[in-house]
Amino acid sequence: MIEIDIHKRLLSTTGDFNLKVSCRINKGQFVSIFGSSGAGKTTILRLIAGLIKQDSGSISVNNTIWFDATNRINLNPQKRKVGFVFQDYTLFPNMTVKKNLEFALSKGQSQDVINELIETMELTDLQDRKPETLSGGQKQRVALARALVQKPSILLLDEPLSALDGEMRNKLQDYILKVHKKYNLTTFLVSHDISEVFKLSDHVIKLENGSILQQGTPEELFLDKKTTGKYKTIGTILSIQPSGVINIVSVLSNNNIIQVIATNEEAVKLSEGDKVTITSKAFNPIIQKI
Amino acid sequence: MLDWSPIILTLQLALITTVILLVISIPLAYWMANTKSRIKPIIEAIVSLPLVLPPTVLGFYLLIAFSPESAIGSFLNDVFGLKLAFSFSGLVIGSIIYSLPFMVQPLQAGFASLPSSFSEASFVLGKSKYQTITKVLIPNIKKSILTGIVLTFAHTVGEFGVVLMIGGNIPNQTKVVSIAIYDEVESLNYSTAHVYSGILLSVTFAILLLVYINNNRSNKFSR
Repeated sequence: MIEIDIHKRLLSTTGDFNLKVSCRINKGQFVSIFGSSGAGKTTILRLIAGLIKQDSGSISVNNTIWFDATNRINLNPQKRKVGFVFQDYTLFPNMTVKKNLEFALSKGQSQDVINELIETMELTDLQDRKPETLSGGQKQRVALARALVQKPSILLLDEPLSALDGEMRNKLQDYILKVHKKYNLTTFLVSHDISEVFKLSDHVIKLENGSILQQGTPEELFLDKKTTGKYKTIGTILSIQPSGVINIVSVLSNNNIIQVIATNEEAVKLSEGDKVTITSKAFNPIIQKI
Repeated sequence: MLDWSPIILTLQLALITTVILLVISIPLAYWMANTKSRIKPIIEAIVSLPLVLPPTVLGFYLLIAFSPESAIGSFLNDVFGLKLAFSFSGLVIGSIIYSLPFMVQPLQAGFASLPSSFSEASFVLGKSKYQTITKVLIPNIKKSILTGIVLTFAHTVGEFGVVLMIGGNIPNQTKVVSIAIYDEVESLNYSTAHVYSGILLSVTFAILLLVYINNNRSNKFSR
């Protein structure tokens, strides 16, 4: 159980505002912090990691107090044991991929974890390269692997995929899900991409001007009515073709084109380029705008 | 036969000064690049003073401070048995102060040029400040370090005013090349002055040339 109660005064281009967030997160949850830029998303991650100090409130993780303003407890970042993936990767240019991972080893920790991560993240061919010779997606994989070397219980991802193109994003989202499950992590992801939030998270915190607007499952937040589908995927509408009394909607999802039937009534709410979920109930996939 | 001792003495002085300054300046430059302290401008001004102050002014104050009659000078003499005025160790201390900005400023600029997320990433990975500086920051400002070393070395080789004020002209003790040249010219030994000057000119030119060749080469690699 992670209990967060954050209060910090922030300076921004649009004037001062108060970041006020409190939430309880269960172990193993995938939490997305969603909101427009300047809402304080990254600041939350930096406060959890201990890189900046909050004004008041507390943070406790699995019954260990990381920060408590009233009792003047403030663990430094070194003691908090979090994995942090920065937006600009921050791989150390003077070290090879493998050396970057080895640098993260704690004193006396076995080398085995490095080999395991190199294998999991498919970095075997890249391990002797310097970061400057890698592509964005490759750098991000290294950064993710490095964040996991110390086996943290919490993984913090600061818009890790914002600089990547669609296909690479999809691949990296899969890597993130893979490690989240494999290492039993509690993950916090900062993102402003709804489809990414939908695909990865089971809890969403929607932030606006420093306070929580809404929180809950992605379905609760982004769908009008609750659907309990058996299969769910997300995608972008490529085209809507009228065909007699119905319409055929082509949706691009994970590089597959799915064709879904929509009634005229449903189709008027949709247009090309919309992000949608496709849910399959017993017979017919249901298509809904998100 | 040319007296080589001033040349050897000069190189010794420059080498010792550079090594000591490198050790002092790394933590100082790191602090200056990262601090938000209110006294930072004061420290910056003190460090940069030798850039604008005539060397004779600095030499004069140091001479006063080092003299056995002064509080500092008598303290050093009584407690450590150090006589700094007109001695090689005095020269080293004078050179360290005189060349301080030439080492600190490139290092400070180097530290400041690194993104703050380098340190943050290292802290989150559980590494101490010391480990972060030695393993992450220093290896990424190698060029600034080289610039600092070369500027300090060359500046110490070319020093005249401070040395003259606090060191005088004692052979094998304080008679460095720049003083020797002045001495030879005073006694109208132009040929010896020529040889010393020629050596100084070629040594410093060669050092700078090597640095710039190296700089251009590493620039090409990183692009």
